[in-house]
Amino acid sequence: MAVLAQQIVNGLVLGALIGLIALGYTMVYGIIQLINFAHGEVFMVGAFGAHFLARYVLPEDVRWYVALPAMCLAAVAVSIGVAVAMERLAYRPLIGAHRLAPLITALGVSILLQEVVRVFYPGATAPLAFPRMFVEGHLAIGPVTILWTGVLALAVAPLLAAALHIYVERSRLGRAMRATAQDPDTARLMGISPNRVTLATFVIGAGLAGVGAVLYGIHYTQIDTAIGFQNGIFAFTAAVLGGIGSIRGAMLGAFCIGLVKSLAGQYVWGGVQYDYVWVFVLLILVLMFRPQGFLGRPEGMRA
Amino acid sequence: MTLTAERVSMTFGGLVALDDVTLAVPGNRITGLIGPNGAGKTTLFNCLTGLYAPTSGRILLDGRPLAADPAQAMRGGVARTFQNIRLFPGMSALDNVLVGRHTRIKQGLLAALLHGPGFRKSEAAATERARAELEFVGLGPEGHMPARSLAYGDQRRLEIARALAGDPAVLMLDEPTAGMNGTETADISALITAIRDRGIAVVVIEHDTKFIFSLCDHVYVLVRGRMLVDGPPATVRTDPRVIEAYLGATECSK
Repeated sequence: MAVLAQQIVNGLVLGALIGLIALGYTMVYGIIQLINFAHGEVFMVGAFGAHFLARYVLPEDVRWYVALPAMCLAAVAVSIGVAVAMERLAYRPLIGAHRLAPLITALGVSILLQEVVRVFYPGATAPLAFPRMFVEGHLAIGPVTILWTGVLALAVAPLLAAALHIYVERSRLGRAMRATAQDPDTARLMGISPNRVTLATFVIGAGLAGVGAVLYGIHYTQIDTAIGFQNGIFAFTAAVLGGIGSIRGAMLGAFCIGLVKSLAGQYVWGGVQYDYVWVFVLLILVLMFRPQGFLGRPEGMRA
Repeated sequence: MTLTAERVSMTFGGLVALDDVTLAVPGNRITGLIGPNGAGKTTLFNCLTGLYAPTSGRILLDGRPLAADPAQAMRGGVARTFQNIRLFPGMSALDNVLVGRHTRIKQGLLAALLHGPGFRKSEAAATERARAELEFVGLGPEGHMPARSLAYGDQRRLEIARALAGDPAVLMLDEPTAGMNGTETADISALITAIRDRGIAVVVIEHDTKFIFSLCDHVYVLVRGRMLVDGPPATVRTDPRVIEAYLGATECSK
């Protein structure tokens, strides 16, 4: 029982972190029907941005309540910067091109970013230790323990997802996003600029990925240039599982994936070496019976 | 405000869709635009709403040139509805109207994310205005319904409410009664008159000449890309050129 409860908690924490990435996939897809495979790398560069600040800028004895917000800001800034450059330089010139062109471009951008960080970031050819923050402490509920970093992830991710949901439902930009997702031509005739909506979508997705990157770093205490690819694949799967284009679906899908990976690693033959497999088995099963995902609807982003 | 087309011509390849067309739409008036199929009505409409840039000639709003960009035309005060309804089907009626108000809402991204008082005030004001427009077109209780589940006639009204929410000086209606029965058409007539009484210039394209002659203050007749005649309905409907070119003898005798 204790092991089961512990694995459920571990799975939920992983799900929360994946969810913050999945929101970016689902939103961009909702607006421009592009699977932005480089979104995982937006998350990865955020982690390195925070690492850079902590390792090279902040003093050694800085307190966590200063360091953590500062690292979040750095990660969000780097993630947004990269996402904006990517949208401007790689995707916008391809508006109107064949659907495959931006998809292949996304894969190219993904590889490019991984290699650039690996080659130019000091020591990034090997995994880097992420600053440890209040990791010694943990919350104990009966036999189950949760690191404070995990508690933080479990609190922050759903909170940000809910804020995003409210924002999309009840703001000028949110309405513009939904209108553009449903009918970009008519939205344009209403005075909505598709370029600005697209850019804003990339910015919001990148901001969430940046926060996710810091939470990921302090929880697993180690980053490398491949974390974007690995978690990006899970996040993309979560977005598809939940119904791509749906904000709530992305979070739901992410928690499912976290749980399946964690529980399969514990209980299913093959253990943690095969836990990836069961995530994709789940995806295939769901898509067989419900191709639009849990909460997916045909008309695009409806949170 | 006055919207004018000054000697507008429009050619598509070798095809002349509009040939030296001049028209003026003053505020406080309902202006009708009629003509047989293929006369160039919709082309002229698209020029007046900034969708097309005329090959020659100018579109002026209160003497200033109107940009050939629908978003800017909208900001300038020219709103429209569509011949084929173009609502956002999955969004609520209220949200559709709020999208129509998009260009009039000022909200910073940061203020919105922080849900500050300025943001809440701007949302509340926009929502109140949108509800008032729904009320105005007779859809007060339907605000929460997805646009796609409204009845056909109500969808046309919703498009009008959405257009009105953008504070237009000129409202362009492209066949507002297409596919409607007699009662619904009479309701739309009353609605259009009420819009004019708000001081908004209304332009209506229609095939239904009876509807146009009973509703409009001034009627333009477009035939094969040329402006054949214009004037008050009483004059236009008895003009022999109009009867010959467009109405036909039987229609006139009614």
